[in-house]
Amino acid sequence: MTHETPSGAAEPAVLTIKGVSKTYAGGFTALKSVDLDIKKGEIFALLGPNGAGKTTLIGIVCGLVKATTGKVAVFGHDIDGDYRLTRSRIGLVPQEMSIDMFTKVADAVAYARGLFGKPSDPAWVEKVLRDLSLWDKRNEQLRTLSGGMKRRVMIAKALSHDPDILFLDEPTAGVDVELRQGMWQVVEKLRQRGKTIILTTHYIQEAEEMADRVGVIRQGEIVLVEETATLMAKLGRKQLTLQLAERLDAVPEALAVEGLTLSESGDALHFDYDTRADRTGITTLLANLNAAGVSVRDLETRQSSLEEIFVDLVGGAS
Amino acid sequence: MNWRGAVTIYKAEMARTGRTLMQSVLAPVISTSLYFVVFGAAIGSRMESIDGVGYGAFIVPGLVMMMILMQSVSNAAIGIYFPKFNGTVYELLSAPISALEIVIGFVGAAATKSLILGALVMVTAAFFVPMEIQHPLAMIAFLVMTSVTFSLFGFIIGIWADNFEQLNIVPMLIVTPLTFLGGSFYSISVLPPFWQTVTLFNPVVYLISGFRWSFYGVSDVDIGISLAAIAGFFALCVVIVWRMFKTGYRLKT
Ligand SMILES: Nc1ncnc2c1ncn2[C@@H]1O[C@H](COP(=O)(O)OP(=O)(O)OP(=O)(O)O)[C@@H](O)[C@H]1O
Ligand SMILES: [Mg+2]
Repeated sequence: MTHETPSGAAEPAVLTIKGVSKTYAGGFTALKSVDLDIKKGEIFALLGPNGAGKTTLIGIVCGLVKATTGKVAVFGHDIDGDYRLTRSRIGLVPQEMSIDMFTKVADAVAYARGLFGKPSDPAWVEKVLRDLSLWDKRNEQLRTLSGGMKRRVMIAKALSHDPDILFLDEPTAGVDVELRQGMWQVVEKLRQRGKTIILTTHYIQEAEEMADRVGVIRQGEIVLVEETATLMAKLGRKQLTLQLAERLDAVPEALAVEGLTLSESGDALHFDYDTRADRTGITTLLANLNAAGVSVRDLETRQSSLEEIFVDLVGGAS
Repeated sequence: MNWRGAVTIYKAEMARTGRTLMQSVLAPVISTSLYFVVFGAAIGSRMESIDGVGYGAFIVPGLVMMMILMQSVSNAAIGIYFPKFNGTVYELLSAPISALEIVIGFVGAAATKSLILGALVMVTAAFFVPMEIQHPLAMIAFLVMTSVTFSLFGFIIGIWADNFEQLNIVPMLIVTPLTFLGGSFYSISVLPPFWQTVTLFNPVVYLISGFRWSFYGVSDVDIGISLAAIAGFFALCVVIVWRMFKTGYRLKT
């Protein structure tokens, strides 16, 4: 499993998921043969609505959920056969608040580090706590912290053993704008140190803001994986179809404009445009049609199939 | 081996006891003291000695065993149930730590607590009744084996339990009756023959009998059978725990 990088060198995937499916004990199939490769050093957003299977997929990679079929490899090592090696390089911040309310912040982080078999390193723990603005709270019991602080403690725990891959399952749920910015800064710093980050989100804006690549998951299937920039360019495109009163042999010269094509039968014009552009070009097109004496019988607009995928996601964002 | 991981769990479990010192140390010591006052001093003074041992002294091994059994089971059960309850079990499952290391951490801590409590109860007992320990090494061996085995048993219950009721039901409905009927307060030779036979199906009888032998050199059943019984129960618990982790039973979905 390799990827071509811009420099042309083959770069091994840090995480390879192959044919992974999950059917829960009750008989519900949460994942249907998922294939996914994550590249080293990227920020990858798993985007999907409630119940899509995001947490299930992360759970399988991290050892919380047993896959029904398929293989997962981390840095080329199988997650079952070489679990010590693969898990020691992964940090997980779960979606649900899961903490022991009666431990102190610093103890909780030290405990997490100890579980990973690493010798105690107060300097590292201090750095992690400072980065997350938790240093002042290090001697407080978790129950006395605010919700956002508790979430940051969970991040600190996940970073306690300095993992190479970090999973953030819905990191921004219940987090205010300022904290969100702080969190993105932490993520950005990690990326600069060569770490790979995989996060889940319901919101395409959030994926756009943070991720290098986006994987869209729906009903247990990865329906698309795309560079964020490419995805955003494709997104928001619509097609206008004009049914003509009379057949044309070719697009009249006076109308020629980028995105305009004649249908095979010659009785319709298709115009692709970007709904988010300042000028879509529709007004000009209609004026030109009028001037050229081409009469239109009917017209309709249609979203790209990609857009349809996103209606439910974007719809939930407002 | 991820020994650091196991030690981390062990220390965290011991610290948890420290936070609940009253409940986990003082309460058992007080309640056994009450047993001594009531059964040892008040009632015991009117009882005949059993097998040449005064009644007050006779009940000491049984009381220590009773305490160790109940504390081991409930401590280990709560130890592993708690992370399941508050969700922090994700840390254990996603860490590079094996089932064996997890068990060493939790069961080791629960057994250590039981041993400390057992020692405290014996010291307390020494204030009320004259005691002798004829086979101290055997006594320590019995204490350790019983603490570890029943902590393992508690660990199984903690994994199996889905709610607090289930967590308490086994200690209440099984461990306590078996201990009371296991000869803590009497020699089974005083029972009618039929009940003597029934009693032999109670595994706790072998523990208490063997333990008492290490104190006074007298026992209801052969010491070899006592050892075999505890070893057998230990092996059974190990197999069950091993299967639970292997299949991810109630830990992984
Ligand atoms: N332990 C379980 N037993 C049975 N079904 C489960 C279990 N966990 C999850 N599911 C089901 O699997 C599906 C996927 O759940 P999952 O938690 O992976 O979704 P998600 O994409 O993380 O959703 P959300 O955005 O709401 O967090 C859901 O339909 C859920 O009901
Ligand atoms: Mg989820």
